[in-house]
Amino acid sequence: MIDKAVRFYHSGLFDWFVQRATALLMTAYLIFMLIYLFINPDLSYGQWEALNKSLGMRAFTFLTMIAMLSHAWIGNWCVLTDYVTERLIGPKANFIRNSIRFGMAILTFAYIAWAINILWRF
Amino acid sequence: MAEKKRPVNLDIGTLRLPITAYVSILHRVSGVVIFFALAILLWMLDKSLSSQQSFDSLKEMLGHPFVQIVVWGSLVALLYHAVAGVRHLLMDLGVGEESFQAGRMSAWIAVGVALASIAVITLWIFV
Repeated sequence: MIDKAVRFYHSGLFDWFVQRATALLMTAYLIFMLIYLFINPDLSYGQWEALNKSLGMRAFTFLTMIAMLSHAWIGNWCVLTDYVTERLIGPKANFIRNSIRFGMAILTFAYIAWAINILWRF
Repeated sequence: MAEKKRPVNLDIGTLRLPITAYVSILHRVSGVVIFFALAILLWMLDKSLSSQQSFDSLKEMLGHPFVQIVVWGSLVALLYHAVAGVRHLLMDLGVGEESFQAGRMSAWIAVGVALASIAVITLWIFV
């Protein structure tokens, strides 16, 4: 029991850590993008393409995407297990919650595929 | 037997919620909104990086009020969620987590900072 309680992976502690680490990365990306677009009001296609073609920016964008989807996966679990419960909405709750999780997983992989397509087709 | 007498939960609907609760609920709502808004952000990234023509057509579309409102809504959710999230990170570091009073204060500060950043983004998009 003790062993299980302190295990890091697949634990609340792991989720807690992922939520914070991904938040830091996403905040950095958001601030970078807002400042970049703010100081380049007349951004040209060439400049924008060159920025996003660089390996650093591809990695930054893709890792932020993965961070966001991981963060959303954990956040969605917190929200669903609070509200979509048998106590609050009845015996169909588990089925509904699992269906939403399934739909979200599909959308998550679609987002990843789309992002890869955008970032690596040049 | 004692198990059965335990209250299951408080009925949230009958309580007058403090500002901290609204900040928390909005954090959750904005999080869900962002998950769907990600489609809009990816669509813009896609359009902006496809070709010179599609870059230009995106620029033109961003001049239309409907598109502006959708992008504005996505950014509002993103900014609010980020600000409320930074509040959590600061609380993890021990800033303003000692008392309910401190939590209420930081919640109001988060609302203020979020509104200020939303005001800036509103001016940027519409003016």
